[in-house]
Parts: sequence; structure tokens; C-alpha cells
Amino acid sequence: MKQHKIVIIGGGPAGLAAALGAKAHGIDDVLILERDERLGGILNQCIHNGFGLHTFKEELTGPEYAQRYIDRVLAAGIPYQLRTTVAEITPNREILCVNAEEGAVTIKADAVILAMGCRERPRGALGLPGFRPAGVYTAGTAQRLMNIDGYMVGREAVILGSGDIGLIMARRMTLEGAKVRAVAELMPYSGGLKRNIVQCLDDFGIPLKLSHTVTKIHGKERVTGVTLSQVCADRKPIPGTEEYYSCDTLLLSCGLLPENELSKSASVELDPVTGGAVVSDRLETSVPGIFSCGNVLHVHDLVDNVSQEAARAGEKAAEFVKNGRSSGGTAIRLKGENGVRYTVPQILYADDMDEKLTVRLRVGDVFRNKALVVCYDGKEVKRLKKRIMAPGEMEEVTLQRDSLTDDVREIIIRVEG
Amino acid sequence: MEQYDVIVIGAGVIGCAAARYLSRMTNSILVLEKEEDVCSGTSKANSGIVHAGFDAEPGTLKAAMNAEGCKMMPQLSQTLGFQFRQNGSLVLCFDAAQMPELQKLYDRGIANGIPQLKILTGDEVRSMEPNVSGQVVAALYAPTAGIVCPFSMTVAFAENAAANGAEFAFLEAVQEICPQDGGFTVVTDKRTLKARAVVNAAGVYADVFHNMVSAEKIHITPRRGEYVLMDREVGDLVNCTVFQLPDKLGKGVLVTPTAHGNLLVGPNAQDLDDKDNTEITAAGMEDIKARALRSVPNVPYNKTITGFAGLRAHGDQGDFVLGEPKDCPSFFDAACIESPGLTSAPAIGAYLARQIADRLGLTERQDFQAEREGFTAIAKLPPEERAKRIAERPEYGNIVCRCENISEGEIMDAIRRSPGAKSLDGIKRRVRQGMGRCQAGFCTPKTMEILARELSVPMTAVTKNRPGSEMVRCDDETA
Repeated sequence: MKQHKIVIIGGGPAGLAAALGAKAHGIDDVLILERDERLGGILNQCIHNGFGLHTFKEELTGPEYAQRYIDRVLAAGIPYQLRTTVAEITPNREILCVNAEEGAVTIKADAVILAMGCRERPRGALGLPGFRPAGVYTAGTAQRLMNIDGYMVGREAVILGSGDIGLIMARRMTLEGAKVRAVAELMPYSGGLKRNIVQCLDDFGIPLKLSHTVTKIHGKERVTGVTLSQVCADRKPIPGTEEYYSCDTLLLSCGLLPENELSKSASVELDPVTGGAVVSDRLETSVPGIFSCGNVLHVHDLVDNVSQEAARAGEKAAEFVKNGRSSGGTAIRLKGENGVRYTVPQILYADDMDEKLTVRLRVGDVFRNKALVVCYDGKEVKRLKKRIMAPGEMEEVTLQRDSLTDDVREIIIRVEG
Repeated sequence: MEQYDVIVIGAGVIGCAAARYLSRMTNSILVLEKEEDVCSGTSKANSGIVHAGFDAEPGTLKAAMNAEGCKMMPQLSQTLGFQFRQNGSLVLCFDAAQMPELQKLYDRGIANGIPQLKILTGDEVRSMEPNVSGQVVAALYAPTAGIVCPFSMTVAFAENAAANGAEFAFLEAVQEICPQDGGFTVVTDKRTLKARAVVNAAGVYADVFHNMVSAEKIHITPRRGEYVLMDREVGDLVNCTVFQLPDKLGKGVLVTPTAHGNLLVGPNAQDLDDKDNTEITAAGMEDIKARALRSVPNVPYNKTITGFAGLRAHGDQGDFVLGEPKDCPSFFDAACIESPGLTSAPAIGAYLARQIADRLGLTERQDFQAEREGFTAIAKLPPEERAKRIAERPEYGNIVCRCENISEGEIMDAIRRSPGAKSLDGIKRRVRQGMGRCQAGFCTPKTMEILARELSVPMTAVTKNRPGSEMVRCDDETA
């Protein structure tokens, strides 16, 4: 059995930043395992710009952003294995990985950082009625075929779901000469960033049909069209509102799901709301020595936040390896309530926490002129006024260690009027 | 003009089973299929159930074939290397007033010769299946029932028939069948062929071919059934296949694990005119989902990975139509094969092969190969064995489908065997690439590349299934 101090599962933006974080905090024996044939993860197919405004104070494309981290990883001499798939992780941190050169190998790690990213919700999970022809793609699959492999997926498209990838793909297909007939969104608001709606739809005259869904996919072999219907408040289609759109492609951008099959094999406790691990302020999961960061922990809007979070996971994993122990002391539960769907982390150990902690969260609806209120054991300690909050934009709240007294047991963050 | 002992119309599970049993007697067999691959019609979209055999009226062909098929399945799945598990079935009774109906089912099973049947109390049922509803008062338990992978069974019959010399022609539709000199001239959209005998295993289209040669007309109604398939994560919600006793609320739907460990709910029954209408409908899905909750109140529909619909070939007279019509010797029907058709497939194949052998005077071949090795799921091997296989063939170490853990090597196997996969759906049905929870989101581009490479075609020629289902567009067609 091979042995390494820290093994990182995934060589995307989270894995790269985590490796650098671990190395910067004194652990040299770090190994990145990546199943694709190159480092960089999903950024490789995100050839549009807009990445890195926070981290590098400039607008980069996805591959450029990834390359900056890849260069640092190479400069730091951090080893990585490509085309290597992790099949299983045990709770005592034995990693079974498979590749063509070595076959099936087990690696024992002192600490593991989960950085596997997320996947897209497929057509079947949405229960879209109609035939099952070719031409129905998740937006990310279409993006890969177009941007990595260089193939046009279709000539006329309708996009269901206004998540960021769907919006980006609306623009991408238009620029490549396809006609994007419409973007339909089940909810009365978009799930994507405001800037993407402006730059990808409005600038190209692509209609965004809020409160609409696909009620029929036409075409036996290849998509020939879709029927869109308006939905009422309970998201059920309204009879009589059907509109037929001729198209050969239906792209789906209907949500991302953290990919935690390996976390489950390691018995890591998952949060039913985020779909990712339940973690402490040190990004440690319920299994000692296993850490989680990036989109496998919870789906982010901005890669800058992923990098920042992952660097911390690397740092904390390094501390775990050096100290040989997890956080101690009394656990404080962090919870979202009244419009706040979740918080990450979900647990905080005041004795061991950093001076400042950034808590990330999402709201469940669009809120205008409301406030995020932080309560310690029911007592309000902080109120942040917000002009607008939306499910598509992650919010954050900073907690100071000084503000926590010994007796605090529960921190609740809520939306108030 | 090419001549065969037997031409089989249709490469579904029945046509392939017939070809396999016929190949014991002759290697002069041609299977004609209008789609691009085997298992492309009714055989690809059904419950995947091996029925114990208490449903059909005693004395019918359905009863006889079902009982025989169920009996054959455990050994046959070993011989031919397809996935089968004898998980048993339960028919749930929700109302004490319905007990006579349950008893009737039991009695019919006894008359059909079905072994080990037992009527259980509600509590006995719940101790076996803790997730079954508290409303259940009794159930008919049939331990010999099972679940089978319909794709792998069909492919197994086809590969074994091919190994014994049967030929397969795809994307070739039969247009005319003319009795001639005691045999037949078969005209397809590509050529004219001769055969001493014809097997009509054309699924929902079997009436069309029967009616070409016989004055005793039959009529098949395509009866659509919709299903919901859930993640393997929840495949152990029930162990047995759970049916409902038909009552005033309808025929009932089943809840079952599949041979691959997913959870399946369905089907409903809608009679249609269109023999190609495999649409799924919002109303249909809602209906089956609601009705299944009567059996198992906690079916986790949020774990749904896909929905699908299949067409049963429902014959107006109710029973299977097997063998020669009175007015057309050497034409062998396997028509109106609705449930329990999948269970009956091996029995029907063997039954028709015997009749055809008698008619044509064929005898057993000495060189018949009865066994066929199934596809190896590399990820399911112990690590040392897996490493050994990867050393022999490095592509077994390149995982392409993350959800089902399917390697490039397995996808190559699916394409290289005979008859091999020619489309993404063909690969999926053989080795389960893309069958998992992401439904081929990640592995589609890579699988397309492998398929294009193995078939030596451009990416723009890669299809999901039949021609017309190309996945990407040619540059020169792009506006």
C-alpha cells in the first residue's frame, strides 16, 4: 500500500487550491488524483471570461484562471496523477484508485481532501414529458462537446433553466451561429447571476421566459421541437398556455448536484440541503481527517470563492496532519432559518476557530430590502441590510471569534424585514 | 438470391431467443431488424420481471410458456451469462373483502403448476418487507419469481445465436412476404431473399406480417406502459417484486428492484393506435407514482433518474399467437407477445425451434455451442483480479462512466462483440455506460469518441440509436 500525508481527490479549481494551501502550511507530501487527462477540471471548458475578478483583479477565461493555479502547483513541485479514478475511500482514509498504468492501487493518507466538484441534474430527474430523442443535452455536456471537442450540438436551441451554465451556453451557441429561441425558467426568478442575464441574453435579444417549463419534447430520433407552458405559483403547467418552439436541441441547466458518492463510501455525513458534507469551521467532515471544499461541498457561483475555500481546506488538513487531531471543545451548531436555506460550515468549534470566519449561505427566494440577522442562542448580534438577495447569488456573513462567549450553543442566521 | 433455412423478423428478445434455439439445429438463419441494434422495441422498455406464472388462465399458451420460462431462467442465466435474480414476488391485497380474489390467484397458480406459492398475512408480509404499507391485509407470495435484465438477456440470445452461425442484418425492414414453392420470398427495403421458414417476431408489428400471409387476421393494439426508475441508492426499498391485486381502483402498478439494483415503479396501460408512440406523459407519470404509494408509502421519488415508456403488443384475442397459421405452413408466428412475454421468451424460442425443426426436418447439430460468456463488470471484480485484467488490457483502467464505473475497455467489448453495439444506446444496454444517476452527462463525449474510433466513422455520424439520431451536427450544415 502506498502512503501519502495528504491526498486530494480532484484536480479542478478546488483541488489545485487545496494542494497549494496544504503545501504553504508545511506539508510537502501532497498528491492530487485527477480522473481527466488534464488538470483544471470544469474550467477547461469554460472558455468565456469573467473569472478571477476577486482573486487576480482582472477578467480571465476559465482555462487562464486554471492555468495560473496549475503553474503554481507545478512550481511548487506538487505531484499529481491524471486519468486516475478513485473508486472508493474508506473511513480510515484508504483510497482505492484505478488507472490504465498501475491497475488498481490502494493509497493510505493521513488526511484526505474531497474536491470532486458537482454534476448536472439530468433530463430524467426532471421528469420532462415527451419522447427521448438525441439532442437533449445538459448544458455542461454541450459545452464540453463545443469547447473541448469542437462539435456543434445543434442549430436551433431552447434552453430550460436559467442557471449560469445555461445562460453562458445561450451566448456561446449564438456566437457559433445557432439560433437560441428562448430560455425558459420554471421559477419566477433566474437562478443565474444578474451579470450573465445581461451579457448572455439581453445583449443578444434572447427572451427569458420566467415561470415557464417544457411540457413536451417532440421528435422520435432527434429533437424537432419543444412545447413550453407557463406555470402557476405551485409550478404546475397552466393548460392553454402551450407554445410550440421548433428546435433541434434542448439544453438543460436545471441545477448542479455535489458529487458525493465517494464521500458516502467513506461514511461522511451529508447535509440534505446542500447535498455536500456537513463540515466544521475547519472544513473537516464528520469523519476525522477527511476535509471537503469547492462544489462538492456546496455549489458556488464564483470560482474565486472556491479557490479561497479550498486553500483553507488545504491549510486545515495540513494542521490536522501536523497536530494529529481534529477540532476539539464544544460544538456550536450553525443553522439557516426563515429564508436562509443553508449555511456552510454547519458546525463551529469556538476554542479552535480562526479569528474571523466567513460563513457562506443561500437564501430560498428573492428578498428586497431585507436584512440577514445573526442570532447567538436566540439573541441578535448582527444585522446586515441587503438591497436584494436571490437564490442565485451566494451571501456571506463574517463571524468574529471575540464575539463568541463560552456558553453559545447555536448560531442562527435568518432573513428579517 | 441468398437463401436461408429460416428468416426471423425482429431482433427483440423473442426473435433472438428463437434464433438461439434454432441455431442448435441449423446455422442457416438470418435475423432481420429494422432498427440499428437488437433489443430496440418492446424488449428494451418493460418491467424486467420473471413472473412466477399464476396470472394466466390455465390451458393458455401464456400459462404454459410462463411456467416453463420461469423454470428455465436460473440455469439459463448461468449458461448464457445474463443478469437474473430470484427475488420472489408478492401480490398485495388491501381489503379483506378481496381475499377471495387472492385465493383465486393462488388456485390458478396451483392449476398452472407453480411451486411454493403461499398466502401470507399482512404482518408476515411486513416482516419480510418492512416498507410495505400498513394497509396490506394479505399477499400471495411466489418465491420462484425473479428479476432479469431484459437487455442482457436479449443480447445473450443474439450473441449465442451469432456464435453458432446465425446472421443478423440491421436497418433492414421487411416489406413483403410471399409463400413460394413451400417456402417464402422475403422482400426487404434492400434486397430479396429466400427462406424455407419464417419466424414472425415483429413485436407490435407482428400483426402486419401475419396478415400478409394468412386469411385469419389478427390485430395488435400497442398498449403503452410508463415507468419511473430510481437511483441504485434506494434499490433495496423492497426485496421482492411487489404487485397489487387488481381491484376497483384499477389493475395496479408494481414496485420492484431491477436486476441491476435500481428501483422501478410502473407501468400504467394506455391503448394507442401509433405503434411508435413511446412518449412519456406528465399525467401518466403522476398516476403511476401515486398508485405505487399504495404499496410502499415511502417511495423516494426525489431519487428518480429517468422515466421511460414501452409498448406491449396486446392481441385482441388475449393469448399469445404461436406457431403456424392454419393456412400458411412454414410461417411461424410469435405474435401478441405481451406480459409475460419476457419470462416466456426462452420457452417460446425453444417451442418454435422444435416446431420448425419438425417442419423442415432439421436435427441437432453436434457442434452447437450452448454457452456464452457475459460481459465482465470490471469494477465489480476484487482489486487483485481487476488489476490483472487492467494489466492485460489497459483500457479496463480508464473509467469513462463514473456513475456505473464502466471503463473504456468494457465499452470496446460492447462494440467489438457480435452483434456489436453501433450506437450510444446499444453500448448502454450492453454494459450500462450512462445508465447511472447522471444519465450520461459526463461520459457522452468520451463514449462518442470511442464509438467513432472503433467504428471508423466521424463524430458527426455517431448516433443515439437509429439514423437520424445523430448527436452533433456537421460543420457544413451549420448556419
